[in-house]
Formats: sequence, structure tokens, C-alpha cells
Amino acid sequence: MATVDLKDVKKVYPGGVEAVKGVSIAIPDKQLCVLVGPSGCGKSTLLRMIAGLETISAGTCSIDGKVVNAIGPTERDIAMVFQNYALYPHMKVYDNMAYGLRNRGMPKDEIDKRVRATAQTLELAHLLERRPRELSGGQRQRVAMGRAIVRSPKVFLFDEPLSNLDAKLRGQMRVEIKNLQRQLGVTSVYVTHDQLEAMTLADVLVVMNAGLVEQLGAPLDIYEKPASTFVASFIGAPPMNLLPLRSGQLEGAVSLPAIPTNAATIGFRPEDCEVGADGAAAEGGLRLMARVQGVEPVGAESFLYCEAAGGRIVVRVPGRTAVAVGDQLPVLTRREKLHFFGGDGKRV
Amino acid sequence: MSPRVVFPNKILPYLLVAPQLAITLIFFYWPASQALRQSMLREDPFGLSSKFVWFANFKKVLSDPNYLNSIQVTAVFSIATAAVAMGTALLLAVMAEKVIRGRGVYRTLMIWPYAVAPAIAGMLWLFLFNPSIGSLAYGLRWLGINWDPLLDGEQAMALVVAAASWKQISYNFLFFVAGLQAIPKTLIEAAAIDGAKPTKRFWTIVFPLLAPTTFFLLVVNTVYAFFDTFGIIHAVTGGGPGKATETLVYKVYNDGFVNLILGDSAAQSVILMVIVIALTAIQFRYVEKKVHYG
Ligand SMILES: Nc1ncnc2c1ncn2[C@@H]1O[C@H](COP(=O)(O)OP(=O)(O)O)[C@@H](O)[C@H]1O
Ligand SMILES: [Mg+2]
Repeated sequence: MATVDLKDVKKVYPGGVEAVKGVSIAIPDKQLCVLVGPSGCGKSTLLRMIAGLETISAGTCSIDGKVVNAIGPTERDIAMVFQNYALYPHMKVYDNMAYGLRNRGMPKDEIDKRVRATAQTLELAHLLERRPRELSGGQRQRVAMGRAIVRSPKVFLFDEPLSNLDAKLRGQMRVEIKNLQRQLGVTSVYVTHDQLEAMTLADVLVVMNAGLVEQLGAPLDIYEKPASTFVASFIGAPPMNLLPLRSGQLEGAVSLPAIPTNAATIGFRPEDCEVGADGAAAEGGLRLMARVQGVEPVGAESFLYCEAAGGRIVVRVPGRTAVAVGDQLPVLTRREKLHFFGGDGKRV
Repeated sequence: MSPRVVFPNKILPYLLVAPQLAITLIFFYWPASQALRQSMLREDPFGLSSKFVWFANFKKVLSDPNYLNSIQVTAVFSIATAAVAMGTALLLAVMAEKVIRGRGVYRTLMIWPYAVAPAIAGMLWLFLFNPSIGSLAYGLRWLGINWDPLLDGEQAMALVVAAASWKQISYNFLFFVAGLQAIPKTLIEAAAIDGAKPTKRFWTIVFPLLAPTTFFLLVVNTVYAFFDTFGIIHAVTGGGPGKATETLVYKVYNDGFVNLILGDSAAQSVILMVIVIALTAIQFRYVEKKVHYG
């Protein structure tokens, strides 16, 4: 039961790399906060500062209302799941899980009870006597989770815990992590570069770029109202189509809605495009002629890679499509589905 | 086992290994067989004739109280040298991990003693601890220790152990630094988060993961103490006082080259050869199936 508060946190590494340039995030009790952003944007650094593994150069980090800047990782009562799992290779699964409890001087029978109970929930009971090298990737991941859960810490920290798993397992574990976190009600911070993981797991989503927070909010709010072109192109797959405007005009557009005066970029999501729609729907919307350059049928949907208005766009159509490379298509996006961004990339 | 390369040519492979075989035969098997032969011969006092006595020399050597004493001295000396050399090296390596600025310079400096020849290292220690002129001996006396390794066997032993381990510390340091670097940092971090304080982390995570390095060094250090410390002992104590620092290797030299009891000396070298083969076999077996945790 804990809140995590970051106030204007900065990190300058020895050598002068400024990895985190002033981040403020308040994570309410029992919530799962996901930090998402491209590689090198400072997510891990921020997480490691919450863990106490890196010193905080400026600003404060509080857990449960108490500033922990000067407290080491040993006393912070947090648990972390590392990307490479960091299981102790010379210990059996049982001892891996018991290690943290033993260090805190818990009585033996209590440790045993807890380890076995946790192993039960994670379906690890039959693996307790094995060593990490005798486990599959997914099983190791579970043990790493178990090691974190068994201690019932104040805060869980995850650093890209699923990125070493194959796609199918990743999907399963994602659901499982979410359920576990709900069940246990432990405040969590989860780092990933995968926008799908970010969208599905987060209560609070933080999109980071170059050491700064680009946008913070509920995942669907961010999806619907990205605060900048960066967020727009990072959240959503395939990402939002962005076309540059020249003095309020989009060259090659068949019809263009009223455009805010300071807009420099117009954006629309592939899934918001309608192919060949006509009539009333078109009123005030954006209409383009697109030349198809590639077709990607995925099964439930197909993606059309097109050239339009001097740029490249992706259009999603449901199910299969008869469209072929070289076709010319009218593509429509309704007024309310359009996004406008200023010259600085910020939403207008 | 990896698939073998098959040479169609029947003679070339033998030609290619011939030089190596020749060298091994001339410089190892031939002297070794000579030693074996010599160990079964007994010479008359004038060196004019010798007769074949089978294992009499071995019997004599193994029942000689001086030889048994030498075994004991060697055991004490080897265990102490390995322990001191490895313990100190590990401590230094762990501390070197914490050095951030000038790490490279620090490590290079630590490696230098390895380049000093054993006899010179021995002389260095001899001078430092010489009861009448040594500066460190002066310090010891000032501390109230009655320092005289020329008379006191235990002090003499301490001195050769110190000199012998000093030379080996660099080598061990190098391996321990490499061993420590091979331990993933996230393991230490995970242990810290799991509530283990630094000392606890060392003994429960770092030390067990260093086991392969430690075991390898244990073998190397024992072999070193057994066989490569002749120069140091010769320079520092000459095996004395009495026979307090006369190790097996030193006794071979003493009996053979100084006292000219060739048969005994040869029997002793054969015994030593058996010991070194046994130790090397352990080492090779070990290197083959190195402990893998990963
Ligand atoms: N120990 C370090 N020393 C110096 N620079 C570092 C260190 N760790 C990370 N960095 C730098 O800080 C930036 C952020 O790194 P990181 O937090 O690992 O990014 P992310 O996890 O988002 O991929 C990167 O530019 C990286 O090179
Ligand atoms: Mg990272």
C-alpha cells in the first residue's frame, strides 16, 4: 500500500550524460504506471532511481509520502523484475524466492509457507527444486515474478520483463501480470518500449522522450488526444499518419476542412480512414486520393500502404480487400478524427 | 565432441606433429626415464660403479624422517602460500572493483610483481627482513617481536610464505578481477533489492559465483608452491634454519646437487613427478568440465 511521487527528478551520469531531465509523476496507491518510450529515452534510469540503484541528481522521490533519496535499495522495500530476470544461478528456484525473506530474518516455517503459496499461484510448485539454467525462458520469467511477489513489497518495479519472451508467451504473461497486480493491489511501475504492452497494462501511462515526459494520462485518452507528433507516432500500431501542411494547405488534398491557423501538421489514424465513403460523411472531413503501393492482409484486417498528398500514409480496411497495388482510392477521414499539431510538434 | 577433420594424406599429419613429438621426447620423456632409471640405482661413494637396487631408494626415502619432515613442511608451506596469496588477491580484486578513477593504472601496478624473478623477489624480502639491516625487521622488533628468522624456524617459514605469496598475488589478482567482472551486475543489484547488505551479498552471491575461478587458482597456486618456489627458498633461507623450510623440491636439490646422493634424489624427483602429474590431471579434468551455472 503505497504511493510513489517523483518531483522534478533529474539524472546526470558521471561523464555528463543527462539521462533524465526533470520528471514529475504521481502514482496513486494500487495503480500500475507504465513508462513507455523509445530506447535510450531514460526509462530504465528513472526506474532505477525509484529502486535506489542510481542516485538522484536533483529532485525528490517519495514512497508512501516519505522522501527516499538517501535510502539505499536494501531498505526501500521494493521489488524489481529485471529484463534478464537476474535469477541467482547457483540457487534452486526455492532459494531464489526465499533469499529476500531470509535476509529479512523471517522464521523458516513462515518462509516455507509463503514460498509454496506463491509458487502455487504462479504454477511453479513443480519447479522449486530446479536451478535457473534448467528452466525455459517463460519459467524463468515466472520465477523472477515469484521472487518479487513473495516478499509483498510496497512497490513492484518492472524493467521490460517480457521483452525476452516470444510473442505468444508475451501476450499471456501480459494478461497475467495485469491480473496479479490487480489481485495483490501493489503499486507498480512498468517500463517498456512496446506500445501494445503500455496500452493494455497501464492505469497511468507516461510517454517519455529524450529524458522528458511527453504526455501523462489514461492510455485511451492519450490514444485519442496525443499531445504531440511524437506521441502520435509512438502510440498506436501502425502509427498515426502525419502529413505536413504548407501555409494552412495540404497539397494534393481533394477537400480540406477548416484548419487551425497555427497548424503545421495534420494527423489521422489508419483505423479512422474510410475508403470510398461518400455523401454526408464527407462534410468537413479530409478527402485524399491515394495511390496504393503495398497491401498487407493480416486476416481480420488489411493495411494499405499508399502515397497521398506528397507523403506516405497507411490505411486500415476491415477483413480482406480486393484493392491491388497501383489502384487509386479516395480516402476519407471525418472531421472529428483529425488531429492538428503546431510547428513545435505540440497539439493545437 | 566436434566433428573431426579427415586428412586424405597419410604421411603429412605425422610430419606436422613430428617437431612437437621430438621436443617432448628429448626434453621430457628422455630425462624422465633417466630419472626413473637413476632412482633404482645405487652408486658407490666414489662414483665409479653403480648397481641396480629396484625400489630400495624409494623405501629408504619414504622411511627417512627428514623426508617425512619435508613433506610436512611442503604441506604447511603450500597451504599457507595458497591461502595468503589467494585471500589477499581476492581482497585486492574486490577493492579494485570499487576504484573508479585510474582503474587501469591501478590494475597495471598490481600486475607488476609478477614480472619479478623469484630469486630477486627472495632477495628483496631477505633484505627487508634481515635481522641486522632490514628496515621492516627493525619495525617488527620495535613492535616487541623477537625477530630472527635465521634462528627461529616458524619465523623463517612465515618469511618464505610471505615472499612466495607476494609474487603470486598479481597472478591471482588478474584472475579474480576477470572473475568478478564476469558476474552480472544485475545479480548484485537484485540481491541488494532483496535486502542483502554488502557483506552478505559477497558471501551469498559473489563468492559462490567465483567458485570456478577460485578452484582453478587453488590448483595453480598449489602447483606453484610445490614446484616454482625453489628460487625464493634458496635465496631467503636455503631450507633452514635446521630443515624448517626444506620443501620437497628443495630437498631434491640438496640431496642431489649438494650432498650428491644421486639415487635418493632421483627417487624423490620421481615421487614429485607423480605428484605433479596427479595435480595436473585434476586441473585438466576440472578445466574440461568447468562449473557452468549460466
Ligand atoms: N551507467 C550509465 N552511465 C552513463 N550513461 C548512461 C548509463 N546508463 C544509461 N546511460 C545513458 O542514459 C540514457 C538513458 O538510458 P536508459 O535509461 O537505459 O534508457 P532506456 O531504458 O529508456 O532505453 C542513454 O543515453 C544511456 O546511454
Ligand atoms: Mg532500458
